[in-house]
Amino acid sequence: MSLIEITEVRKSFGSNEVLKGINLDVDPGEVIAIIGKSGSGKSTLLRCVNGLENIDSGSISVAGAQLQPDELHLKALRLKVGMIFQQFNLFPHLTAGGNVMLSQTVVKKVPKPQAEAMARKMLERVGLEHKFDAYPDELSGGQQQRVAIARALAMQPIALLCDEITSALDPELVSEVLAVVRGLAKEGMTLMMVTHEMKFARDVCSRVVFMHQGRVHEIGPPAEVFADPKTPELKQFLGML
Amino acid sequence: MIEFSFWDILRNLLLATRWTVLLSLVAFIGGGLAGMLLLFMRIGRRRALRLFARYYVELFQGTPLLMQLFLAFFGLGLFGINVPAWLAAGVALILWTAAFLVEIWRGCVEAINKGQWEASASLGMGHIQQMRYVVLPQALRIAIPPTVGFSVQVVKGTALTSIIGFVELSKAGTVVTNATFQPFTVYGLVALIYFALCWPLSKSSQILERKLNVAHRNH
Repeated sequence: MSLIEITEVRKSFGSNEVLKGINLDVDPGEVIAIIGKSGSGKSTLLRCVNGLENIDSGSISVAGAQLQPDELHLKALRLKVGMIFQQFNLFPHLTAGGNVMLSQTVVKKVPKPQAEAMARKMLERVGLEHKFDAYPDELSGGQQQRVAIARALAMQPIALLCDEITSALDPELVSEVLAVVRGLAKEGMTLMMVTHEMKFARDVCSRVVFMHQGRVHEIGPPAEVFADPKTPELKQFLGML
Repeated sequence: MIEFSFWDILRNLLLATRWTVLLSLVAFIGGGLAGMLLLFMRIGRRRALRLFARYYVELFQGTPLLMQLFLAFFGLGLFGINVPAWLAAGVALILWTAAFLVEIWRGCVEAINKGQWEASASLGMGHIQQMRYVVLPQALRIAIPPTVGFSVQVVKGTALTSIIGFVELSKAGTVVTNATFQPFTVYGLVALIYFALCWPLSKSSQILERKLNVAHRNH
């Protein structure tokens, strides 16, 4: 059975239909890269999976949790999928440790000592155990993004959504974040990532989804998609890079 | 005729200043609490409450404080409720202060990056939790300077309550003038006392602004 089931999802912003019937099933442990031009709907799709956008029709479920617009369903869904953002979105008034602890104590009601132990473990996992007491603006972009990953992981999600997580980083900081994601993939975490890192997609992902004008235009293992693109749109997109 | 020394005048004014300070504190604290409640309505999910808070603000910001005082003082009297001046003054100032604080604070909440809402939502927090743990701590920090700045308006606003007969600093000034026939000295002193109350507030607002901005940049 698939872990993430996206069925006939449609979504419009006003009169602009950005998702025109998306179907995509993701198996446990799969790493999916979503590529495509800006405006192709790839970020919107990802945000829908986490309930940050409402869908107009179709359905999305993650490990049995259905996407519904009410707070209770959303919470259940979001406990199963974590999300990492392009702009990190760390809470600037809390330390790195505080960022990783907050949702555990507030949402899951984990007692503080346990939340702290978990936070230290997760920060260690992303190589930042020594930054527990640092505030976000004392960290580099790459470090902030790794804290954001630790923060999502501390909620023990079964899947992670990564929305262009290296796009806001200086080039030399990209690799440290990708290394963390690579580690997660190796450990069997289910990942859906919108990315422009084609080399990374090729090396790590099990399937690549090419989106074009609100549709899944081409999908397949990276070797196939990159070496032998079937549609002119994908050929053009890959040629552009 | 009784002679009033300078000290007599000053002493009487200072005694009345206690009521100005007390009324300011009541208005500010009461208005702060009411404002917080209205803030949650104003940015909450319920449409009816949102509209209520919006119209409340428009009504109280769109009418002079003096009219609000008159209405509180005389209006309730029409229904046979005898409202003492101190009560009418307190209630009117609380409601008026709340209307301004809501708008100041709403601006501060809306200044918080959308990404903060999204990140906290993606971690499973509900609306109240997002407000309590993520948005308000950041918003309050930027809200402190304008809030303290507004408290100056509250102190000066209390002067209007003299018109419905509440004996605070301004009213005491009138009373003392009528007894001493020294309006310039008396009102000069009244103005100085108001200045002594307000100046530290506006100064601290400026200092806080500088401090919090610096803190925001470097932590």
